[in-house]
Amino acid sequence: MSEVALELASNEGKAVAKPLPADSPLLIQELTVAYGEKPAVFSVDASIQPQSMTAIVGPNGAGKSTLLKAVLGIVPRLSGKVLVFGEPIENVMQRVAYVPQRASVDWDFPTRVIDVVLMGLYRELGLLRLVRRAHRERALACLDRVGMADFADRQIGQLSGGQQQRVFLARALAQNADLYLLDEPFAGVDAATERAIIDVLKALRGEKRTVVCVHHDLATVSDYFSNVLLINIRKIAEGPVATTFTAENLQKTYGGRLATAHIDQLKLPVA
Amino acid sequence: MLNAFLEALLFQAGYNTALVAIGAALLGIAAGGGGSFLFLRKRALVSDAVAHATLPGIGLAFMIMVALGGDGRNLPGLLLGSALSAMLGLIAVEWITRNTRLAEDAAIGAVLSVFFGFGVVLLTIIQTMTRGYQAGLESFLLGSTAGMLYQDAVVIAIGGSLAVAFVLLLRRPMTLVSFDAEFAATSGINVARMDLVMMGLVMAVTVIGLKLVGLILIVAMLIIPPVTARLWSERTEHVVFIAGGLGGLAGYLGAAFSASAPDLPTGPIIVLISFTLFAISLLLAPGRGVLAAFLRHKRFQIRVHRRQGLLALARGEVILEPLTRRVLRRERLIRRDGVATEKGRAAAAKAVRDESRWALARQLYQDETVYSRYDGLTPIETVLTRDEIADIDRRLGPPAPVM
Ligand SMILES: Nc1ncnc2c1ncn2[C@@H]1O[C@H](COP(=O)(O)OP(=O)(O)O)[C@@H](O)[C@H]1O
Ligand SMILES: [Mg+2]
Repeated sequence: MSEVALELASNEGKAVAKPLPADSPLLIQELTVAYGEKPAVFSVDASIQPQSMTAIVGPNGAGKSTLLKAVLGIVPRLSGKVLVFGEPIENVMQRVAYVPQRASVDWDFPTRVIDVVLMGLYRELGLLRLVRRAHRERALACLDRVGMADFADRQIGQLSGGQQQRVFLARALAQNADLYLLDEPFAGVDAATERAIIDVLKALRGEKRTVVCVHHDLATVSDYFSNVLLINIRKIAEGPVATTFTAENLQKTYGGRLATAHIDQLKLPVA
Repeated sequence: MLNAFLEALLFQAGYNTALVAIGAALLGIAAGGGGSFLFLRKRALVSDAVAHATLPGIGLAFMIMVALGGDGRNLPGLLLGSALSAMLGLIAVEWITRNTRLAEDAAIGAVLSVFFGFGVVLLTIIQTMTRGYQAGLESFLLGSTAGMLYQDAVVIAIGGSLAVAFVLLLRRPMTLVSFDAEFAATSGINVARMDLVMMGLVMAVTVIGLKLVGLILIVAMLIIPPVTARLWSERTEHVVFIAGGLGGLAGYLGAAFSASAPDLPTGPIIVLISFTLFAISLLLAPGRGVLAAFLRHKRFQIRVHRRQGLLALARGEVILEPLTRRVLRRERLIRRDGVATEKGRAAAAKAVRDESRWALARQLYQDETVYSRYDGLTPIETVLTRDEIADIDRRLGPPAPVM
């Protein structure tokens, strides 16, 4: 038997207490996604715990963004299944909010900060319902939560990168979802923005919502998250940070790319 | 000629002319509004391919109608033919982009020229076929109001109204798709279908506008009004409405003009009117206009010089830089010889005081609103409350005397 097969067998042998599909906010089964003929995500299983805060961690090009996009149906799934709250995601889309990685939008687009947040209410407003004062106030409240209420009337191009990121988080808040999927929300933002964002995410968890974040800063994983999903095209490990975010698992995820010295600095629990 | 134009403008030149002018206005509104989304989705040029792809359809429709013993110039028949071949052109662009390594601009160039070339060949054949008999198909190239029938005007008016209704109905999802397609998809919008609808709208506007504006210049009606409207507003809804208004105005004026001087083709006149509106906007628009940008820059320059001049005064320097001197002189902050006046010394002391206030504020209030607002120019009173400033003053102690 090859090494990979052995590893798979040993993984399956472990008794992992998986929640029933209907309980899990996000259940991924044997998900494979490919661009052309190159798999970016291969046969990944994962089950996100209710009301947890999960970091998806892995090296560049590990397929983290692809995993989120495939879950959302933005890129097609080659095989596998995704269940959100026990149902196909298409049926429960209104319970899911997504914050893309440093949104690749045209920053000169004629839209103000408040308009972007109001886009989060599209499902409620539909084609024709008018935007009323109550909607506007809700949008402002979401901006306030990320500390951007003073900027409501600015054109989005006039904001700094960190401020833009917060506006997109506010748009997701306006969607009032139960499952939040974020792609590297802390990438390239200043310390104040990082604080503001993590406070909001922790508050979401306090409101019994589930947060899943692609995250690249290994140093803050233990501080910010309760669970971790390590992937590098395949799944390496998943579980509570305390037991899963170990030097051994990181070495498996990053291979030689993560020097032992670097891992030592993280002061990880010994497995 | 002026008289004729005024008559056409004021609906006194006859029922038909009035109907054409109203039709052109409706078409302009639909083109401007629908074109806004095309412009915001950065697919403006696709409409040019679609427009040029109508020509072979017009030629074939004419031949088929003549072969069947009917009138080759029947407008609904010609429009149906043009719509079918425009659709074919659109499918060709999409197919090439998706299934080959060619980018969209290359696909547009290929489709546009092949379809147009084929259309011109058909038109030439028709001309030799129908010697002596005026087919009048050339008017589809640049548009004309001459010889327009009552039914033609009705077709344009109804089609234009339908297109406007479509824009109003779908403006919200089209905005979402144009701004952030991935987010639109997660909001339950079928992005591919919405793109198709947008293109359908463009095709409808093109086909309806063929007789009036002509296929070569219809792209200008779709693009110039949105680009102009963008100069006036930072909000999508406003851009769409303003573009519709500008398009309607240009269409109406253009049709009236052309009706009063039937030798002038309608399409180019509408384009020239649109361009005039654009040029005026580029110059005068408040936020993005050239004049406003120039004035803003000047005002900013003066603020910088005033501030730097005051800080220099506080250091006891004599002001030599000409612009700084002029700015300070105008406010009687310095004398003719560049030495500070009483008022100038007070202002300089305040400037120095504000600098130390800012420095301390940036230590005390680490949050971004204070930290990022310091640029050397923003008055501290606009960022901190009076109490906060008083608190800072207490910590700073009495101000240092200025020389
Ligand atoms: N649109 C795309 N087309 C082709 N390949 C892609 C595309 N997006 C990502 N990839 C490739 O898929 C792999 C995974 O990418 P991604 O999911 O963005 O990784 P991560 O987010 O973990 O850095 C990479 O090798 C990347 O080059
Ligand atoms: Mg990524």
